[in-house]
Amino acid sequence: MYNFNFHAASSLDDAVAKLGAAEDGTVMAGGQTLIPVLKQRLANPTDVVDLSGIAELSGISASGNGVTIGAMTTHAAVANSSDVPAALRAVAEGIGDPQVRNRGTLGGSIANNDPAADYPAALLGLGATITTNQREIAADDFFTGLFETALTDGEIIKSVTFPNATKAAYAKFPSPASRYAMVGVFVAQAADGVRVAVTGATDCAHRGPKLEAALSANWSPDALDGITIPPDHLNSDIHGSAEYRANLVIVMAKRAVAAAG
Amino acid sequence: MVENGIGASLRRKEDNRFLTGKGNYTDDINRPGQTHAYLLRSPHAHATINSINISAANSAPGVVAVFVGQDLLDDAVGGLVCGASVTGKGGEVNKAPPRNVLTIDKARFVGDPIAVVIAETLAQAKDGAELIAVDYTELPSVVSTSGADQPGAPQLHEECPDNVALDWELGDKAAVDAAFASAAKTASVRLINNRMVTNPMEPRAAVGEYNSGTDEITLYVTSQNPHVHRLVMSAFMNIAPEHKFRVVAPDVGGGFGSKIFTYNEEAICAWAAKKINRPVKWTADRSEAFLCDAHGRDHVSTAEMAMDADGKFLAMRVSSQANMGAYLQLFSIAIPTLFHGFLLAGQYTTPAIYLEMRSVMTNTAPVDAARGAGRPEATYLLERLVDVAALEMGLDPAEIRRRNFIKAEQMPYQTPVVQCYDSGDYDASLDKALANADYDGFAARRAEAKGRGKLRGIGLSAYIEACGVAPSAAVGSLGVGVGLWESAQVRFNPTGGVTVFTGTHSHGQGHETAFAQLVTERLGVPVENVEVVHGDTDKGQFGMGTYGSRSLPVGGVAIANACDKIIAKGKKIAAHCLEAAEDDIDFAEGNFTVAGTDKTMNIAEVAFTAYVPHNYPEGVEPGLDEIAFFDPLNFSFPAGTHVCEVEVDPDTGTLEIVNYTAVDDFGVLVNPMIVEGQVHGGLAHGIGQALLEGCVYDDDSGQLITGSFQDYCMPRADNLPSFNVDYSPTIPIHNPLGVKGCGEAGAIAAPPAVINAIVNALGIKHLDMPATPEKVWRAAQAAG
Repeated sequence: MYNFNFHAASSLDDAVAKLGAAEDGTVMAGGQTLIPVLKQRLANPTDVVDLSGIAELSGISASGNGVTIGAMTTHAAVANSSDVPAALRAVAEGIGDPQVRNRGTLGGSIANNDPAADYPAALLGLGATITTNQREIAADDFFTGLFETALTDGEIIKSVTFPNATKAAYAKFPSPASRYAMVGVFVAQAADGVRVAVTGATDCAHRGPKLEAALSANWSPDALDGITIPPDHLNSDIHGSAEYRANLVIVMAKRAVAAAG
Repeated sequence: MVENGIGASLRRKEDNRFLTGKGNYTDDINRPGQTHAYLLRSPHAHATINSINISAANSAPGVVAVFVGQDLLDDAVGGLVCGASVTGKGGEVNKAPPRNVLTIDKARFVGDPIAVVIAETLAQAKDGAELIAVDYTELPSVVSTSGADQPGAPQLHEECPDNVALDWELGDKAAVDAAFASAAKTASVRLINNRMVTNPMEPRAAVGEYNSGTDEITLYVTSQNPHVHRLVMSAFMNIAPEHKFRVVAPDVGGGFGSKIFTYNEEAICAWAAKKINRPVKWTADRSEAFLCDAHGRDHVSTAEMAMDADGKFLAMRVSSQANMGAYLQLFSIAIPTLFHGFLLAGQYTTPAIYLEMRSVMTNTAPVDAARGAGRPEATYLLERLVDVAALEMGLDPAEIRRRNFIKAEQMPYQTPVVQCYDSGDYDASLDKALANADYDGFAARRAEAKGRGKLRGIGLSAYIEACGVAPSAAVGSLGVGVGLWESAQVRFNPTGGVTVFTGTHSHGQGHETAFAQLVTERLGVPVENVEVVHGDTDKGQFGMGTYGSRSLPVGGVAIANACDKIIAKGKKIAAHCLEAAEDDIDFAEGNFTVAGTDKTMNIAEVAFTAYVPHNYPEGVEPGLDEIAFFDPLNFSFPAGTHVCEVEVDPDTGTLEIVNYTAVDDFGVLVNPMIVEGQVHGGLAHGIGQALLEGCVYDDDSGQLITGSFQDYCMPRADNLPSFNVDYSPTIPIHNPLGVKGCGEAGAIAAPPAVINAIVNALGIKHLDMPATPEKVWRAAQAAG
């Protein structure tokens, strides 16, 4: 780890100001990605602005239309909240290990947008809305590429609002070593239609239009029989080839639909 | 019956400090004025080093010193050595390319150390290392085991043409070829024994300290054998003479072989502490452990079996290549040869066996002994081949094994590959394992699983290993440069407590408990009055350390023999005090008794008398403190049968081990609870190799791809079933305690049991380890 200036932000405005004043600053949410990167000297920020002291960024509130979760809410808090729908709780419960879940946050996860992270699939699958200190962003517009999001400089996530779904479930095939999603598929059926989101398979979580069309016509695992995913743009590494991931997308989608009921 | 003696499942005495955070590991040790070392390592798999400019690093804040390889040579520090020499085809001894502590001419693997920066803080040492400018000329690299000796492969060492360090053979080739020519059936399999990173929980660490007043160096180090560390560093590396060199291996958090060897960093800490006259500390981070700890396994083999019409094995032929990595390590040349070839008979009467083994150099981390060391490779190869043979013959895997087993009444049994087994009843362990695993009920379970869409398979592994290493004369005649006896000192303190000094080293095996139980059994002293001391060359007598499941079979016997010396002397003292003839004194359960009377004296009273000898036999030395060295008469031969049952999900290739049954012959069990723990740990290791672990280097760049736990998959609790562990003991004639050793058995037995089960589930001939979900899925798709 290189030396850096550490700031504990007291409010969102304070965080923005401190970030703005830094030569090459970064915010820290739960630190579950940032700290390992710093320890390995793979990043060298001048300033780290810690968001953990900002009370308004944490918490879970349910309304008739859905649930809003503060950006600094930990995975453990989401997994254990009765205000959170079961499918989303299951996503949070499947992230990392207890230590990670007690430190890692929703906002940190989606801002990092790891291609194998779980939350991006849930946000896309449920059609969530991301609220920042500047605006609201639809999940469909938020995840833009490999570790890339629509966030601009100085923009900090405040919360994420998940609308209710009639049926929803997430099926994840964890990489045996890291237990990140080799492929994870989130399916949801809501008033405005069926949504399917895939993570782990490509450089960024994305919707699955072919799968959505099939499930819109027939909400059943069998509806996905015969659909094949071309492996051309899928990830390939020592744990799983593109062809294998293409198979897993269909298998996990079927299992998610079956689990959603 | 002595309480808490042999056979008691006593809770481990050492766990109190381990579980309450009171362990004292090398990284816990900090000495006054301590500096921190950081090694600059090659980022290239293979590169010529044109120049190293350390001037900026030398003047960086906090930097105390920067050293390169030449600095150690200038101080006459020797390189790292291979402590064994093995004679190959044509009487040619293995090549031993030199290895400097810091490489000078070339970098030969990613992680090869180039320079060391010593600074006030670790961060300053790292900062300094970033200022070192190394001018490299990158060279093409080779990492593949089978590719290393191919024409055109990049050459690592001038001393090793075609990258071959040793071309070795074992057995009667003509007899084997003749048997194959006339065989009714043959079976053949080509297989890979995957490279493993050993990954003890505690990374390696060292703290060197120099006392200019006494001219003594102390090295605290993560070692399985502190005396061997001292010997090698003194005799071959010229760090300090042994009597001016103390090596302390305090609590060590796992070794699995990787902490047997002397490493660059350890030598640097010891040498540099004197050079700069300040303590020097180095602790590996996990990335360095992946890059630079000695790896294990890494063979590519073709194995063939010739059979008669009944499936009786006539001959076996093996052609193998073993990856040694970039440099030979302390024992690496002996592992694929002596520790592998000599076990190829397994539990079978195969009369003729021929092995060709080429040990090749590649641009990878050195490979050396790792839990089982050669024996897992032999067992995997043989037990896979036997299953392929069963397939060829149309025989049940249990049946073909039975037809070929060495029978109990044939013991002792001379195999055609050097080893002479002294005991074992392989039919008994197979029968018990099949019964415990309900082998007969498997067909019904397979059918039930099929109804759930799962492919269920069952696999056997009938293994044998040679441990209790080792008879010194035998290993000496084979080229190992050390004796492999063990030592013990049993010291009564005047008030009756016993301190036991053992030359073995415990790094998780529970010696402090099991050895105390041995002493309790032998001397009748309450177990809480026995303290076992190890790991410090200044405290105990010379010892050879712990590896090869030798601590109890060799070190335990030394303790028992020292106890017997105590008893013999105690009889003289008791006879005097009880006014009886020495021959009339019986000793049992801690009491010296005049035969046929109630006149008795407890051993604690005898000890007190020995230290306060006011009324004492003439000609007997005061004190009660005895030392014994034991050189075993033979290896010990633990064996057994393991049965693995798996269920495969054909849609994803994931599998679950639904049953795992182990029946082992370890002879006498001193602490059955500790033994069961060792079996569990070994099984986790073996199942890890079979399903999860595989060290991967990039073929083009030579970079280590599995450089962290993100990519290198260690087994976790949820990968493992609840094990069904049982025993089928026979008593070894060569071991005075009747013990055989148990630390490696699981790692040896499990890989073929697991793969045989998967192959059985899929109805295929072979699948290479690790059986990852994708490999299994592809095989399941292909098998339909």
